[in-house]
Amino acid sequence: MSNELTPIDNSALPQHSPRATDVNPASEKRAEQQVAILFGLSAVGSLLLIYSYIFVKDNVFIFIPIMGNQNAQQLGIGIGMAMSLFFIGIAAIHWAKTLMPDKEIVNHRHEFRSSDEDRAELVQTVKEGVAGVQLGRRKLIKRSLGVAAGLFALPPVLLLRDLGPLPGKKLETTNWKAGTRLLTDPGNRPILASDLEVGAVVQVLPAVADMEHRPLSDIAKDPVLLIRLRPEEFQLDAQRLAMTHEGIIAFSKICSHMGCAVALYEQTTKHLLCPCHQSTFDVTRAAKVIFGPAARPLPQLDITVDAEGYLVARAPFNEAVGPSFWERNSQ
Amino acid sequence: MTATEKIVGNTANFVDERLGAAKWVKKSLNKVFPDHWTFMFGEVCMYSFVILLLSGTFLTFWFDPSQKEVVYNGAYEPLQGLKMSAAYASTLNISFEIRGGLLMRQIHHWAANIFMAAIVAHLLRVFFTGAFRKPREFNWILGILLLTLGLVEGLLGYSLPDDLLSGTGLRITSAIIQAIPVVGTYVSFFLFGGEFPGTDFIPRIFTLHILIIPGIFLAVITIHVMLVWYQKHTQFPGVGRTEKNVVGHPILPVYMAKAGGFFFVVFGITAFISAVASINPIWLYGPYTPGQISAGSQPDWYMGWLDGLVRMAPPLETHAFGHTISWNILIPAVIIPGIIFTGMALYPFIESWITGDKREHHLLDRPRNVPNRTALGVMSITFVMVALINGGNDIIATNFDLSINQIMWFSRIGIFILPPLAFIITKRLCLSLQRADRELLLHGAETGRLLRLPHGEFVEVHAPISPEKAYQLQSHEQLVPLEIADVDARGVRRPGALKNKLKRRLSKAHAVSIPKVTEQELKEIENH
Repeated sequence: MSNELTPIDNSALPQHSPRATDVNPASEKRAEQQVAILFGLSAVGSLLLIYSYIFVKDNVFIFIPIMGNQNAQQLGIGIGMAMSLFFIGIAAIHWAKTLMPDKEIVNHRHEFRSSDEDRAELVQTVKEGVAGVQLGRRKLIKRSLGVAAGLFALPPVLLLRDLGPLPGKKLETTNWKAGTRLLTDPGNRPILASDLEVGAVVQVLPAVADMEHRPLSDIAKDPVLLIRLRPEEFQLDAQRLAMTHEGIIAFSKICSHMGCAVALYEQTTKHLLCPCHQSTFDVTRAAKVIFGPAARPLPQLDITVDAEGYLVARAPFNEAVGPSFWERNSQ
Repeated sequence: MTATEKIVGNTANFVDERLGAAKWVKKSLNKVFPDHWTFMFGEVCMYSFVILLLSGTFLTFWFDPSQKEVVYNGAYEPLQGLKMSAAYASTLNISFEIRGGLLMRQIHHWAANIFMAAIVAHLLRVFFTGAFRKPREFNWILGILLLTLGLVEGLLGYSLPDDLLSGTGLRITSAIIQAIPVVGTYVSFFLFGGEFPGTDFIPRIFTLHILIIPGIFLAVITIHVMLVWYQKHTQFPGVGRTEKNVVGHPILPVYMAKAGGFFFVVFGITAFISAVASINPIWLYGPYTPGQISAGSQPDWYMGWLDGLVRMAPPLETHAFGHTISWNILIPAVIIPGIIFTGMALYPFIESWITGDKREHHLLDRPRNVPNRTALGVMSITFVMVALINGGNDIIATNFDLSINQIMWFSRIGIFILPPLAFIITKRLCLSLQRADRELLLHGAETGRLLRLPHGEFVEVHAPISPEKAYQLQSHEQLVPLEIADVDARGVRRPGALKNKLKRRLSKAHAVSIPKVTEQELKEIENH
């Protein structure tokens, strides 16, 4: 290239200067001893590991500055293993750097492109090979091959069908039905409206047949947060207000963004915060999203009390709880 | 002949008569590997992968990848009597009842972090020095594949213990899958064997984590290293180093001793960190249940930037014709990563299209000498860093007494402003460094010694630099923009005017650089 210039000679490698160990027998001897000591330290590490594994009890703790109380057995095994490995490595490297020959050598590179003759020959070979298959002439084989190749990939895909059931309406339904009692979680106790002080927050689950063995997939949809405010603190429309009971309002605890548990409630601001992505919901305004990536409010559960005065759901959730999905059909 | 020589000779003879390996092995043992400390990043990747295989195999002897519900009655008292999955219980068992089990768990997790960090460092080294250029584009793409696989493998790995933190991560993963238009819900139901979380997912990802993905890893790493071997390693420019040679120590004995020793050093350091620094203490998180969560839920750092993007996404969803599209999930978790990883994989071809350079390159660039590429790299790092900071916004907020909202707004605005700013600043810095190189070459190094001339003037004495250094400072190529005319020789407009215009502008931006010192300038200085 025109702008290339090489004013400095590039033919020779830099002068090779000998190391102390190359010229001075004393330092050569010293380097040898150093390598031996390093290998020795590795052996000490291995022994420390063996000793800790066999003889140190797992309930012995020792105090180490900065780190505090440490389990002696774990630490002994760990430090022993670290030493046994690390010092083998350091010894080998020290050996290589001080005592093994340090003369650099040169290999030559060759362009990767094949010669034109080789390329032409390859093309010829491939052409002959392809011609030997005679796909052009044998129409019947060609077509049947097409059918076979088109179909043979389907069975393996079909065989994966039983990986899981079809979604159906599962994502849109929960165990909340009209009249389902709200039970404390944990404890499974029904709740009287009067049990809740103003400002209280309680996590509840629906009453179901087998409360001791709720599947986790139910717990991924059913949890509801009960929050009691003074009725005048609500800024709700009439319909939403009718869904509350004496200042008690119920929201799905499953975040409408990505399904985390919306577990943080701030008393003073009446905000619910999801710890995963910080979506923030305003309880007084029907869990309206006031910050963060969530696009929808938390679904509100319509609640009332039954004949015995216990809190129950008046109706199921009127929308799917949890994160969005393609088939979800409500604002 | 000594006894050892006889045994070695006989063995070698036995093998060579059957495989004819002598010629190839002889050539291989004289193979040269150039030395530079940045070439060790790739080695760290490979060694930590081996550490992962070893420690992971150890863990499989006791880990029970099952979501069957059990009641814990093991050694860790605070969780006794609690219902949990067998996966979580067996992880507690490894941590508290198997001697060295906790150490192995921590080695496995630390090694995974070191593996990912080394991949990133290796990728940056390859990018900033232009080592991805022809003929090494295949290896660059394989590297991007390994990085992507590493992200997936890491996520699956830390999800296996089925603790509260990783379960929350899986909940988020399932929400991302659900958000994919048309097929998302079905894919999620097939993967989880029904509704989230189900009881099938941990056993399934266990198979992926310990068999399928490591198998792919092993195959791709083998090809990756074989290509380095076959194409020979790149080298930094310097006296005696050309595009036609490679200078360094031969495999036997120096490189083998150093590289083999370095494996033990990496393993030893990983073991030391794991002995003294706790990582992923799952017994503190408790077993997973979707109704609970711990504050400050964080993924591992290599996923943290994606979580940060999700956190800063605007609350956008489209509801139309009875369907929902969650842009607040799709954009940060699917579309942007898709663009970034595709862009990374294609970069060698994009740069070659811009520069028109189709030659082989075996000498590395100093990052300052290709300002545009370097600036692009720093811009990308800045983007990821802003996202990563936002991924830890809750932790930062509590530790530095800030409000989450402030950090979120800083990130939302910063993600648009800071990367371009980083681009501009980096490009300027590169040009300044080029100017400094030019000065050094023309006037020598500043010595700090002042000289008073007979007529009273003070001057600083400049010392000439060594020929090796001088060679290094001007061995790079001057970047020149492509000359693309809109009309051909006969004055006819060429097709693809818009494409040409784009290419010309990109090429011009790419070629911005300080003129190299010419021979004439050097002569003038000498005569001066």
